[in-house]
Amino acid sequence: MRTDLAVIGAGPAGLAASLAASARGVRVALLDAEPEPGGQYYRRPAAGLRARRPRAPHGRWRTWTRLRDGLAASSVRRLADHHVWCVERRPDGLTVHALLGPEQEQPAEVHARAVLLATGGHEVVLPFPGWTLPGVVTAGGAQAMLKGGLVVPGRTAVVAGTGPLLLPVAAGLAAAGVSVAALVESADPRRLVRYAGPLVGKLPEGAGYAAGLLRHRVPFLARHTVVRAHGDERLTGVTVAALDAHGRLRPGTERHLPCDALAVGHGMLPHTDLAEGLGCRLDGPAVAVDGEQRTDVPGVWAAGEATGIGGAALALAEGHIAGRSAAARLRGTAPDPGAWAPAARARARLRASASALDAVYAPPGRWTDRVTDDTVVCRCEEVDAGAVRAAVAGLGAGDPRTVKLLTRAGMGWCQGRMCGPAVAALAGCAPTPSRRPFARPVPLGVLARPHADTAGPHPTDHPAGTGPSTDHPAGTGRPADRPTERGPS
Amino acid sequence: MSESLTCDVVVVGAGMTGAACALYAARAGLGVTVVDRGPVAGGTTGAGEGNLLVSDKAPGPELDLALLSHRLWAEVAQELGGAVEYEPKGGLVVAETPGALDALRRFAAGQRANGVTAAPVPADRLRDLEPRLRDGLAGGVHYPQDAQVMPALAAAHLLRASGARLLTGREVTGVLRGTDGAVRGVRTDRGDLHAPAVVNAAGPWGGELAARAGVSLPVLPRRGFVLVTEPLPPRIRHKVYAADYVTDVASDSAALRTSPVVEGTAAGPVLIGASRERVGFDRSVSLPAVRALAAGAIRMFPFLSGVRAVRTYAGFRPYLPDHLPAIGPDPRAPGLLHACGHEGAGIGLATGTGRLIARVLTGQAPELDLTPFRPDRFPPTSGEAER
Amino acid sequence: MNPREPSGARPGPAFTVTFDGRPLEALPGQTVAAVLWAADVVSWRSTRVAARPRGVFCGIGVCFDCLVTVNDRPNQRACLVPARPGDVIRTQEGTGHAH
Repeated sequence: MRTDLAVIGAGPAGLAASLAASARGVRVALLDAEPEPGGQYYRRPAAGLRARRPRAPHGRWRTWTRLRDGLAASSVRRLADHHVWCVERRPDGLTVHALLGPEQEQPAEVHARAVLLATGGHEVVLPFPGWTLPGVVTAGGAQAMLKGGLVVPGRTAVVAGTGPLLLPVAAGLAAAGVSVAALVESADPRRLVRYAGPLVGKLPEGAGYAAGLLRHRVPFLARHTVVRAHGDERLTGVTVAALDAHGRLRPGTERHLPCDALAVGHGMLPHTDLAEGLGCRLDGPAVAVDGEQRTDVPGVWAAGEATGIGGAALALAEGHIAGRSAAARLRGTAPDPGAWAPAARARARLRASASALDAVYAPPGRWTDRVTDDTVVCRCEEVDAGAVRAAVAGLGAGDPRTVKLLTRAGMGWCQGRMCGPAVAALAGCAPTPSRRPFARPVPLGVLARPHADTAGPHPTDHPAGTGPSTDHPAGTGRPADRPTERGPS
Repeated sequence: MSESLTCDVVVVGAGMTGAACALYAARAGLGVTVVDRGPVAGGTTGAGEGNLLVSDKAPGPELDLALLSHRLWAEVAQELGGAVEYEPKGGLVVAETPGALDALRRFAAGQRANGVTAAPVPADRLRDLEPRLRDGLAGGVHYPQDAQVMPALAAAHLLRASGARLLTGREVTGVLRGTDGAVRGVRTDRGDLHAPAVVNAAGPWGGELAARAGVSLPVLPRRGFVLVTEPLPPRIRHKVYAADYVTDVASDSAALRTSPVVEGTAAGPVLIGASRERVGFDRSVSLPAVRALAAGAIRMFPFLSGVRAVRTYAGFRPYLPDHLPAIGPDPRAPGLLHACGHEGAGIGLATGTGRLIARVLTGQAPELDLTPFRPDRFPPTSGEAER
Repeated sequence: MNPREPSGARPGPAFTVTFDGRPLEALPGQTVAAVLWAADVVSWRSTRVAARPRGVFCGIGVCFDCLVTVNDRPNQRACLVPARPGDVIRTQEGTGHAH
């Protein structure tokens, strides 16, 4: 199909952008991997679960209903179950390449004059002994499973790591009936007081969760860390200990907490694969944008966590600005930034508070000391910390890419998204962007298919997946129309 | 930080060729320093598949070098085999048409006369070697001498085994020349390295280094993509490629050419090559190139259609116009030796190249005549410094 | 307490899937991972190098740790794939492809 603006990601940024652009007369296609819009932040119980009080698992219901109703009333063409694996620059615009449905075996393409990347972020978890045991999940993963499937990972949970996500995750698990044995935060949240200015507006939200934890009598262990997860086939408990000001363990403070679930997270990283594939400049780990949320690649905008982790309110502001800018530019006019001044003010304020949170919630300084040589670092390829250290000490690797080449860390299914930060830290160097031209695995049969490049214009215009809920027939395990085997030529 | 170091030979380039030069030079008793502006195996080596092929070489100097390298690789493998994932898996070249098969068999006959083991495989025996090949192929030739290593591991382990001093992240900014014109070492961004001999093992950047020594070497990057699949159980046993690969390698065209080269790896993923195009050092992914690779691989192995590609990456082969590497001393700059321009065969040809370079460095007669590899065999480009 | 309670979920009729031959109750809308968690199953894959058990980790399709074989299709992400009546879910060994 053809459109003016393809928005990739239907979370807060993508929704705000789509609404802002379509309200200004631009044809918008909104692609998202999930069956329902909302992204991770507005994730709700699956429709089939028929939740009567779906606001209970999370707040912000009013904003969500406004976005949802706005989307329903808009002309935005919603393409659900579209897993985008690449955005290609073409002489006549941009082509978004996606795979359909949870099976991700059938391709779809959207040809657009402009693309807006609202690809969100993913959680970072730094390794520690035992972190690969079943029952250890990311904090965001525990939350997503609870929000979407109304299920919990166990009966007794520890929530650990660092960052503002831990509080709502612990509160959510407790409200769902899980006994939360402790919230283990390696930072010292009292330092937040220092940033009271930029954080005004964030604090009431946190206070609400904190009240929830009090109600459920969840012990809060600040400046503590999980040293080790125990178990054989499944998590049976964790050892926690207090940290000193340098991030070292305080001797004698170790204690064992029995649990069958550990929800752990150490912050988030932007999804930048599509932007990198397009050649967009990055600023640290995030896509670099200007005041209009434009990347340095003509016709490509970015908003939300992809341009720097900052939360849903920031994503909404950035999405709104990006949508308005794109609409104006697509009409061939220069946008008037005065028209979005309130959003720009919110953006400035929220970026400042995101920096403040970053300053408070950083992983403890000496965490790599506690990663034993036999701790698996790359979960996909089962590469342990000892192998990473040996590549550095014995084979001359000094950067993440060389470590990867020499150890296979980061070469597996997830392409280093999970282990990237840890591998860099263990190698003693700064993380570098990983080139991932395929944002998702792509069946070779899809790649090989006769394509617009050779088979005339737009042979794969897929109207499927545009309805409010899409129902993909169970596949057979291979693409229905495999490329015909060419005879001898 | 700036320091001045002295050694017998400076090898510029910490890829596979530089590592092999370092190994053989060190074993010949020389004090070796390897310098690279990037990390170990950070250039072409890290982007390659690790082919140790005799099958794609026509009789002539490159085949002679491949056969020498093949023997040396087997020795290296004795010492380091597991660490470098050496697999003497053999190659299988398949022909899709009777015409292509005739040409392939004639090619193989010439190779056999020059020391290559090449066994014709009739169509109905192809699946004994590769059970998942498609129907309808005309036949093939089996090359048991073809082998594979994991190239980055090979470079890193050969460097370590050499005992050479390794300076990574350090860029050679100039080649030091005496008043007599002789090479005296290199200048780097962090101090000079003094040595009476400098080996240019800078791969596709070898022309750049030659220019810093005031001589020309017309090395050009020839881009190739590799597709990497999800991990699979061992399903493709050999290095399998179509007979037209050889003509693509020999082509001088700058335009995109692809011919399927498919192989399994010890770690599980299947690697799919090989595209060739001359587009400078442009790393951005070309969907037409990777689409052609996927289609070519499925044409040989239909089961791959449902297998997922998890990544693709580009590398730059160091291409010289006559498809032969530059190996040996440069008469235009006494003390400068070249060991680059192996195009897509550098991993396989590295051991032989390293040995020949070590022989020259120690004043011994090399095992092969270096005349075809002379670095000054190309017409000088305009503006070249004449000395 | 049932984790569905706070949201007042009143799902449609349950259906049955099997996990390694064992029948499990599934609710409309749940992913394969949610069905397994609800049955207190937390691992359904064994890794290809060390044969260690794995299950959900990131929960949103990024980490590929929850790969599982559903109806003989290997390498499905349990956290993304919705359960359907009669699904035959199997612990995935190694690459998920038969040797």
